[in-house]
Amino acid sequence: MSEIVLDHVSKVWGQTTAVDDVSLTAAAGELLVLLGPSGCGKSTSLRMIAGLEEVSAGRILIEGRDVTRLPPAKRRISMVFQSYALFPHLDVAENIVFGLKVRKLKWAERSARLARVAELVGLGELLHRRPAQLSGGQRQRVALARAIVAENPICLMDEPLSNLDAKLRHDMRVEIRALQQRLGMTVVYVTHDQTEAMSMADQVVLMCDGKIVQAGRPEDLYDRPATTFVASFIGTPPMNLIDLTDGPNGAVVAGAAGRAVLQGPGHGLRLGIRPEHLRLADGAGIEGEIVSADYLGADTILTARVGNQSVLLRVPGRSGLATGEPVRIAWSPESVHVFDGTSGRRMEDGRAVPVAA
Amino acid sequence: MPSYRMQIYGWLLLLPAAVLLIAFTHYPTVATLVQSLFLSGSVTRPAVFVGVENYQFMLEDDVFWQAVRNNIWFALGTIPISIALALQMALWVNRRLPARGLVRMAYFTPTILPMIAVANIWLFFYTPGIGLIDQFLGLFGLPGHNWLGDPDTVLACLIVLTIWKEAGFFMIFYLAALQSLPPELEEAGKLEGAGRWYFFWRITFPLLMPTTLFVVINALINSFKLVDHLFILTKGGPNNASTLLLYYIYEVAFSFFDPSYAATLTVALLAFLALVAIGQFVLLDKRIHYR
Repeated sequence: MSEIVLDHVSKVWGQTTAVDDVSLTAAAGELLVLLGPSGCGKSTSLRMIAGLEEVSAGRILIEGRDVTRLPPAKRRISMVFQSYALFPHLDVAENIVFGLKVRKLKWAERSARLARVAELVGLGELLHRRPAQLSGGQRQRVALARAIVAENPICLMDEPLSNLDAKLRHDMRVEIRALQQRLGMTVVYVTHDQTEAMSMADQVVLMCDGKIVQAGRPEDLYDRPATTFVASFIGTPPMNLIDLTDGPNGAVVAGAAGRAVLQGPGHGLRLGIRPEHLRLADGAGIEGEIVSADYLGADTILTARVGNQSVLLRVPGRSGLATGEPVRIAWSPESVHVFDGTSGRRMEDGRAVPVAA
Repeated sequence: MPSYRMQIYGWLLLLPAAVLLIAFTHYPTVATLVQSLFLSGSVTRPAVFVGVENYQFMLEDDVFWQAVRNNIWFALGTIPISIALALQMALWVNRRLPARGLVRMAYFTPTILPMIAVANIWLFFYTPGIGLIDQFLGLFGLPGHNWLGDPDTVLACLIVLTIWKEAGFFMIFYLAALQSLPPELEEAGKLEGAGRWYFFWRITFPLLMPTTLFVVINALINSFKLVDHLFILTKGGPNNASTLLLYYIYEVAFSFFDPSYAATLTVALLAFLALVAIGQFVLLDKRIHYR
């Protein structure tokens, strides 16, 4: 059992609190992604799990063992750094077996493991090159190989793909995920890229300002965002957040005297709806006006003005709509989220009932 | 623009640097070489071409050999210790420690003092009877010693002074090199369980090799170049026990007024230094990792 538990962990530097009372559990064999904008405390959390940063308060348990005060080497973890942290004067093979040499493994065991890992990550031909002679993707593989050769059950990854180009990033994403599942490793993966989080994670922990905003499966965060921050962070393009106001027959979109979109008062509420859940309608729907169209190939992202709010729609193919053209926008009631305008929190279903537009 | 005008333009750009280099480096070198083949002249007697006779004389000159021996001991005494000390100090002040800036400054202070001032300070340390060292020894009832007046101790005294002066200077280079090493390397080492000693020899030291080569060459050149302190402390004595090559050249040229023989000694010194530099680069360059 190689689970990782953070129990009310905080990190304070003088006046600033980088990580504020964070508790989470990564189950054995799970890929947990720490997601958030830069400066949200996700890297600091990872470095505390690694033991590279001291914990100000709280406990960290790995496999049920309290490791809060243990040095990094005693925690039985591996780590992949954002900069890869390869030793520039050692060749690929020496880089990979560095830790095995430190632990004085026998030559035969070392070379057997090296061969196995090199095969696994596809580095066979490159073992005698220096890091400077490798491409970014190959360096990434060396860093990965060094992390898995130790055969530790836990691997920490700090934005491992951020130095790669988009195509390679996609390939490595798939590869890391496959490798993690094949070896049954518990991985804590830090990234600011929600696509990485959504596509790789068993569990996503979204952080902001040192606190956990929401934790759960990727689909939980996508389907039921707990706050407007989550709603706007997950998904490309992010969820529309539309200010509402009171109308004669229920809540209406601010600045638009059209149909009611919710029953009851609307002042101080925000309506959340994803661009992919909006559609262009003929008769029904609320009135808007096209501001711009962003053609992406498979689909087009339209920006429309409704009242004084701007709304994004994802429509298939090329829309053929010109700027300034009037449109009607419709959605089905089950795809609507309602948030409190001041706190940003999700309103429990039932308190505000969506109506079909 | 026609190409010959471009040529002129190019040469004009090179001219200032070329004039300085030729006037103060290349011409003197060649002139020294030429002069070493002549016997010194005077107002009444022109210089006479003697071929390699000056060199034959040099090889039979006991003082020359004494200076060579002294210089080799001086180099062997100063270079390894000052470099080891510099590295040690750099590692120390690269860490988090209270009043780090102050410690760094203290280590660097000897470097910015003029050699003449340094020599005067150490003259006071070494003075027999009333000097700092003898007074200190006196506290334990130990007898004083004429440190600079004894042929057995004078060279060691100069070595100590030079190490004190140079280590701080070399420390700056090591400190700069250490700070350019990415901290993740050390963190990666920590995660793998590499101890400080192991990590230093396996990672830090090899990555510092370019700096070490630079420092070694500088230290070597300095050990043949630094003679200021001899003027204040010993003037090469007693009995030439502290004569270094450059000081001997100075004496031959300006005390014994034999510029031709001084030129001969200079050529020998230059040839020796060139050989050492070439040897260092050829031998070490292949084994050094440059980023």
